[in-house]
Amino acid sequence: MGSKPKIAFYWCSSCGGCEESIIDLAQDLLSIPEQAEIVFWPAVMDVKYTALNRVADDEIDTVFINGAIRLDHHLEMARLLRRKSRRVIAHGSCAHTGGVVGLGNFHSRRDLLSRSYREISTVNNPDGVLPSDATGPSDGLPGITALCKRVMTLEQAITVDCYIPGCPPVPDQIRKALSAVLKHRPPGKGEVFAEKKSLCDTCPRNDSKPEKIRVGKFKRLYETLWDPERCFLPQEIICLGPATRGGCGARCIHANMPCRGCYGPLENGMDQGSQNLSFLSALIESDDEREMMAAIESIPDAAGLFYRYSLAGSIFGGKPLGEKDG
Amino acid sequence: MPFEPEIIGFLCNWCSYEGADAAGRARLAYPPNLKAVRVMCSGRVDPRFILSAFKSGADGVLVLACPSGTCHYRDGNRQAFARHVLLKKVLSGLGVAEDRIGFESVSTGDGARFVEIVHGMTQRVRSLGPLDIVSPEIKMGRRQEAPGGRNGGVEN
Repeated sequence: MGSKPKIAFYWCSSCGGCEESIIDLAQDLLSIPEQAEIVFWPAVMDVKYTALNRVADDEIDTVFINGAIRLDHHLEMARLLRRKSRRVIAHGSCAHTGGVVGLGNFHSRRDLLSRSYREISTVNNPDGVLPSDATGPSDGLPGITALCKRVMTLEQAITVDCYIPGCPPVPDQIRKALSAVLKHRPPGKGEVFAEKKSLCDTCPRNDSKPEKIRVGKFKRLYETLWDPERCFLPQEIICLGPATRGGCGARCIHANMPCRGCYGPLENGMDQGSQNLSFLSALIESDDEREMMAAIESIPDAAGLFYRYSLAGSIFGGKPLGEKDG
Repeated sequence: MPFEPEIIGFLCNWCSYEGADAAGRARLAYPPNLKAVRVMCSGRVDPRFILSAFKSGADGVLVLACPSGTCHYRDGNRQAFARHVLLKKVLSGLGVAEDRIGFESVSTGDGARFVEIVHGMTQRVRSLGPLDIVSPEIKMGRRQEAPGGRNGGVEN
């Protein structure tokens, strides 16, 4: 018994898809308890948070944490798990680069709260009360946790050892990461469980990508019928495959949908949005300024699109706080 | 003390840097707000450089290229321009004023135009005020704030 590594799973601000991605291991999931002791997994096991306090520091071999850091509570838990674990793996886009949750950084904390608690038409809040910042327990009421000023990626909050990108990650990479941990073949520091090359490189439609692509106007999906065999870009549909890490098995492409970048930037720490911007602007560069403007105009919500999964982990991290002139 | 913006300029080696040199030779004065970085071509300026400049404390970033049709590498300036327009769109999505980035061309020897551009850019960015961006700990000594705080400085 003593030789079984202890592992844990935790979720911060996530949709539950990453938990589901572990369940997607199917029958392989059943062999985990034979090889490891799962000490903490709130999504699946009946555990008390206080149980973690009884775990000695560094006692857990590996913890898989998914979700972004949105609440003070997440931050607290991430720090606690870091202390208790020898290895932390950021599991999924939100933990890796901020994910869709990170898009919250386009707005200030106050705007988000005001939208949720005052402006939505179905909300009945005549006094306009907002949840105040973290309030401790008082008058027999439990305390509530506050939103962090910014959504953070896991590595902005604690030291992270490895990453499994993806929204959600494909079971293959989770399997790889798990088996490395369970078989005592620890992954290297900073390892990303995915391809090193871009999605384009492994795309089944790569052969149909012409040498030179020129786009006059990008079309949105509802505006066009596209050839399901050909590369999206010459068909004037935005596909972020050239600036996205491969490893997903081109699952969206196989479903005839263009890439939206969930596997994150090609190199860890690179700004995915500016990479997207760079390659797309090369497709629309033209001598005719009007033509170029029209092409750029046809990209809806450029910032949101280019940073869809990586705003929190980007160079800016979100809308600059205090910038009033925008 | 009135606000003096920090402006990072990326000047291409073949035309605009020569233009800046010409301004120097002609003893033309221009605002000291511009910190010039010489690059081989404006097409070399990755948008990451511009974002990093802002993140490192710049209030404005100016890219100076060769005039249209005179790029030493044929179409580097055209590519840089397309990138500039798209970056402007992304930055405005991030809530950053468009006037904080500039893209102009200066031909070799046109020191007067260089000076005029730097004056205009400095004026515009000055009126916008400082860019309050995510990492105050590296505000180049202008606004010293202790890193740390609850989240070790990362939360902001």
